[in-house]
Amino acid sequence: MPYFDKPAEGSWTAHYPELGTAPVSYEDSISPEHYELERRAIFAKTWLNVGRVEQLPRAGSYFTRELQAAGTSVIVVRGTDGEVRAFHNICRHRGNKLVWNDFPREETSGVCRQFTCKYHGWRYDLQGACTFVQQESEFFDLDKADYGLAPVQCEVWEGFIWVNVDPDNTLSVAEYLGDLGAGIAGYPFDKMTQVYKYRAEVGSNWKLFIDAFAEFYHAPVLHARQAVADESRKLQGYGYEALAYEIEGPHGMVSSWGGMAPPKDPSMVKPIERTLRSGLFGPWDRPDIDGLDPLPPGLNPARSPAWGIDSFVFFPNFMLLVWAPGWYLTYHYWPTSYNSHIFEGTLYFVPPKNATERLRQELAAVTFKEYALQDGNTLEATQMMLETRAVTTFPLNDQEILLRHLHKTAREYVAAYQRDPNTPYTPVRVPAVS
Amino acid sequence: MSEEHIVSVLPAEFADLEPFADWSLRTEAERYAKRLSSTMDELQTFYDAASPRLEAILEYLDALELRGLPDEATRLLWLSYSLVNVSFPVEVWRQPRVPDSGAASMDVVIEPAV
Repeated sequence: MPYFDKPAEGSWTAHYPELGTAPVSYEDSISPEHYELERRAIFAKTWLNVGRVEQLPRAGSYFTRELQAAGTSVIVVRGTDGEVRAFHNICRHRGNKLVWNDFPREETSGVCRQFTCKYHGWRYDLQGACTFVQQESEFFDLDKADYGLAPVQCEVWEGFIWVNVDPDNTLSVAEYLGDLGAGIAGYPFDKMTQVYKYRAEVGSNWKLFIDAFAEFYHAPVLHARQAVADESRKLQGYGYEALAYEIEGPHGMVSSWGGMAPPKDPSMVKPIERTLRSGLFGPWDRPDIDGLDPLPPGLNPARSPAWGIDSFVFFPNFMLLVWAPGWYLTYHYWPTSYNSHIFEGTLYFVPPKNATERLRQELAAVTFKEYALQDGNTLEATQMMLETRAVTTFPLNDQEILLRHLHKTAREYVAAYQRDPNTPYTPVRVPAVS
Repeated sequence: MSEEHIVSVLPAEFADLEPFADWSLRTEAERYAKRLSSTMDELQTFYDAASPRLEAILEYLDALELRGLPDEATRLLWLSYSLVNVSFPVEVWRQPRVPDSGAASMDVVIEPAV
């Protein structure tokens, strides 16, 4: 029996008829050849979120990101003019990686006045201009002005820093994120600067972990033991239904209820949650900041009083989760091969005013890790068996609509690249049938 | 070791938790590692001692400035973080490790200074 209304077509999936309802092939998650195509068609051509402006507090603040899937490493730096820029992390002299510490494959961050190559001492200012060439007179007609760092398109949207390694890209981040992005603009992301960041190497295709976080159909089963026994039985009996799904262009979102923050009946949650008034959905009491009431119009699209969380899947590899109690979480999935990726989960809270608030956030962060460990290990088990090809197509239900959309979008980018590798692919934004 | 090196590490009001001062660990990595290397009896003993004291701990710490805590109060806060961490094996899993998480790991790369 449905608990929440569905569109007039009878299902969320039928509301977006281009998705179809047929069983789905997961060949796109187990083929090394397909992954190489995804690197060129997707990761080398779309906007990728690489961090937040709070990571670059002042002129000279920088960090590097290893974008293996996009085929490069980038330096992201705040210039003396306050602008955030990105450059390929390569010295113009003979190609040494410009910024790294101890281990060339590891990311680094810090503050500097200029970048100096470890190899021959060439220097670059914070805007990327070449300012010093060792023994310049030994070179032949060399003009330093021709040897600035190779730029990478870089934009800041709502404090999120994005790069696009395709020099031919013509879409702004705001255009790329479309209405789903516009609908959450203005959320007080900048007030939530207390950060926990987790990292895991996961033995699965990058899309499989997005699959895991883009549906909650699994939650009452996989995470059954995280609720107290009576509550767990009840949740499994209900199953899971979202409040709403929205799909626009390559992106999608799911809006979900969240009766656990605070729970109607305190005996539903484990003892430490009752004492601290916090849990998976975060501290039960909203922080006292502007911007949470009213929320930007793109949040809680069903306007449900039971609203708990909205999860946005911004193609290809960035998820943004906004929780009703006033905090947010990001997921990044950085492919390292067809069957491995690096997962990053980052929690952002309003800085705590006292120890109680600090411990409530600690409980939310610890709970996140307990859940994510369960999710992560399931993925390796899935990858293993998908690779057997013993079964090749899989039925996806209506609550798995975002998975159907993600895999379809990724396949379309690859198909467009195969037709014409030189033209950036812009998915048609099909309006939902109304 | 001489006598004067054996000092209490927690505020005097929480002398009853001194036997568990080894749970006063600064980083999540240390706390999680200690959880995994402990037996369920050890986790349960720590939990049974510390959880009834949590409200008193909060009351004590909330009276202080979070970003300027004296050392012994900081250690009490760290011990509370450990209590949060071990609440999962004790209240939920009945084992130190998350079930079926054998090959998976998840490392903290950024955590708040306090």
